[in-house]
Amino acid sequence: MNNDTVANILLTTILPGNFVLAMFLGMCPFLGVSQKLSTAVPMGIATAFVILVASISAYFLNMLLVHFHLEFLSVITFITVIACAVQLVEMFVKKTFPELFRQLGIYLPLITTNCAVLGVALFQTARNYNFTQSLAYSIGGGIGFTLALILMAGLREKMQLSNVPTLVQGAAISVILGGLLSLSFMGFSGIGGGE
Amino acid sequence: MSAPSNFDEFLDGIWKQNPIFIMVLGMCPTLAVTVSAVNAISMGLATTFVLGASCLLVSILRNAIPKQVRIASYIVIIATFVTVVDYAIQAISLDLYEALGAYIKLIVANCILLGRAEAHAAKNPPLPATFNAIGMGLGFTLGLFMIGCVREILGAGKLFGVSLFGAHFQPWVVMVLPPGGFFVLGGWLIVFAAYQQISVKRNKQMERSQP
Repeated sequence: MNNDTVANILLTTILPGNFVLAMFLGMCPFLGVSQKLSTAVPMGIATAFVILVASISAYFLNMLLVHFHLEFLSVITFITVIACAVQLVEMFVKKTFPELFRQLGIYLPLITTNCAVLGVALFQTARNYNFTQSLAYSIGGGIGFTLALILMAGLREKMQLSNVPTLVQGAAISVILGGLLSLSFMGFSGIGGGE
Repeated sequence: MSAPSNFDEFLDGIWKQNPIFIMVLGMCPTLAVTVSAVNAISMGLATTFVLGASCLLVSILRNAIPKQVRIASYIVIIATFVTVVDYAIQAISLDLYEALGAYIKLIVANCILLGRAEAHAAKNPPLPATFNAIGMGLGFTLGLFMIGCVREILGAGKLFGVSLFGAHFQPWVVMVLPPGGFFVLGGWLIVFAAYQQISVKRNKQMERSQP
């Protein structure tokens, strides 16, 4: 059993153990949807919600799997549940915010293949978190992901006004920006007792 | 125009459409496991196997899977092979399994796999689909290896665990930490962009010299 306190887990996953910047989970949307602040915020919130749903269902699913000694099915069941949760979010967004739905485009269904979502389900199982710990882990992860996305979007909006050499335009400069952001997040290491 | 041969499909993924450097897909494992060259290669080969096997199966079943549920079916197929690889690696080398950790299972969520299944395997017969998938997988492995080498050499002064620079080398620790992954990938992306610019220029010059 893992003895980390809830506050500890929450802080660690938001700052020093940030999903995107320290564990490289969810890089695709991080590089793909971080061009504008107006799409980054809803994308972050949608992903955070899916992470939460996935974490809760993965917790109970795992109990079920362990009970029947079917642990080898964990990957398949987790990903199926996540796909369903994403479908739910997609339908909800399409119905209530059609404008936003068009802006997010392909990246909304792609939350399914967002490593952060599956990552939460797998890591919480690997670390033997109990229910409240998993909840803290998933909420912290969602907030951390949204935070990283918003920070990155802010940086990239600024960058559109600056003169970037043609050679590094596009993916290269975004990756290096991500590196700088990750470097600054290393400054938080030590908060919450570290990993 | 004739259909591209199997060999062309194979080469495409390795160089011209390299998943990491040209298409910028599958970033999570690219940055997370490339701390050393050995990890990078084993991750790449595991992904290649899953990619090849799942694309073969998707391609065989491409007429049987209804269009509405295709993504879900692809994911289940991919997840099955990932589970196979996960247990295989655990059986072969426990050290490697611990080094790669949950990232083996996270192959499921690698965009390259779903992207290949959807964009290529679902539209092509089994043989070219498999060749294309294996080419892509090897291109991915090559990309991981190139990043892994740089990070291991700079961050630990070693390659494949063999010390390169002697005792006085001061390791550049940041390279094996998360930010280093971003920086090395960014560096390689710049190299590839420069290469593309040069080859475009050269093609233009050739066209001019042969009117």
